[in-house]
Amino acid sequence: MAGALCLLLNIDWGNCMQTLGGTRLARLFNERQSELLGDWVSQQYAITSRRGGVAEAQLRNQFVQFVDLVCAALGSSEQVDFNTPTWDEVRNFLAEVSDQRARLGFTPVETAMFVFSLKEPLFARLGAELAADPAPLAELTWTISKLFDAMGLYTTEVFQTSREQVIVRQQQELLELSTPVVQLWDGILALPLIGTLDSARTQVVMESLLQKIVETGAAIAIIDITGVPTVDTLVAQHLLKTVAAARLMGADCVISGIRPQIAQTIVHLGVNLQNVITKATLADAFIVALKRTGKSVLGAAPAAEAPGAPGPLRGNQFVGD
Amino acid sequence: MERIPILRMGKLLLVTIQVDMHDRLAMTLQDDLTSRIVKDGAKGVLIDISSLDVVDSFIGRMIGDTAAMARVLDAETVVVGMQPSVAITLVELGLALPGVRTALNVERGMALLTGTAPL
Repeated sequence: MAGALCLLLNIDWGNCMQTLGGTRLARLFNERQSELLGDWVSQQYAITSRRGGVAEAQLRNQFVQFVDLVCAALGSSEQVDFNTPTWDEVRNFLAEVSDQRARLGFTPVETAMFVFSLKEPLFARLGAELAADPAPLAELTWTISKLFDAMGLYTTEVFQTSREQVIVRQQQELLELSTPVVQLWDGILALPLIGTLDSARTQVVMESLLQKIVETGAAIAIIDITGVPTVDTLVAQHLLKTVAAARLMGADCVISGIRPQIAQTIVHLGVNLQNVITKATLADAFIVALKRTGKSVLGAAPAAEAPGAPGPLRGNQFVGD
Repeated sequence: MERIPILRMGKLLLVTIQVDMHDRLAMTLQDDLTSRIVKDGAKGVLIDISSLDVVDSFIGRMIGDTAAMARVLDAETVVVGMQPSVAITLVELGLALPGVRTALNVERGMALLTGTAPL
């Protein structure tokens, strides 16, 4: 395309790229930098001021840096191709800006506008300068358009990657946060599950439970599913797997915190929980666990009770085997 | 030929697997154990697999089968000391060893067999 244009214009190829592409653009940037900067900053400021994250001074600074890098890249090569190593520094700079904006909560459009909003002022200047010369104007417009599209798309790509990294990190944190194994009593573990049980989480839950069984020598573990919103066949299967694995380690499991709707779902789905002890509340499960480990809960002797001691649980005490 | 030793403690037999199990070894152990149960008139078998790091479906099934055989010969079997990774592998393989009694360590397994378990 560019070659054909050059032939039409009777200009040899290398010269064409040099005059129409790199050098001329670089010159334009250099001469009109302050004007471009003014236009660009006012556009950018309209976008970023809503976020309140980027100060005007910083915007100006970023723009000057950006234009310097673009000029350097344009000046150093005859061909304008964003995918060549010449543009590495521009790419790095854009990656930095996108990354920063992704973290500040900008949308992909607002991030890409960092590049695209330079197009309009640039075309205006170009049109004014080459008004009498339509052929190079068209060629130059096309070159700039291609270059800026490539840069804009690149910022979007980096933006997406940064956001994905954030999501992956959050998932990881959620996974670690949501699987605590707590020791309720000597030899009794509790595993309060919160959120949906998928295969990856089941794996983590299973590993941490079994590890804790080894560490504490617990004989019974209570899996509390109060915080599990829905139990389908897959979740039930994951629960049963965890119970089976704990049993292989010599620890019995009690499943507690089954809400009425979940009990109905389990029966409707035909899930077999016959071989597992199930209790409605964690308290019931704890009593079963205490019995299994040879302990029991007794009310305190009336004499020991302080006068007016509030709450029935205050006076209770545990009696060991 | 390599063999896994079977120790006798009164009416109980104690098997400690401390080498990597391969299929031949597993079959030999099954033969040896069943003959010893009959010969000694054992009432309980304790299989300690705490040194076993890797199991495959064959070894998993063999552990289950051995326990079932022992029960037919009127000897209660307890598998003790299973590693967490081994337990997860067996469950993922669909071998939850139903009907096999398990305990965390030899001490608890012994208590289970001699009937002095606190559980």
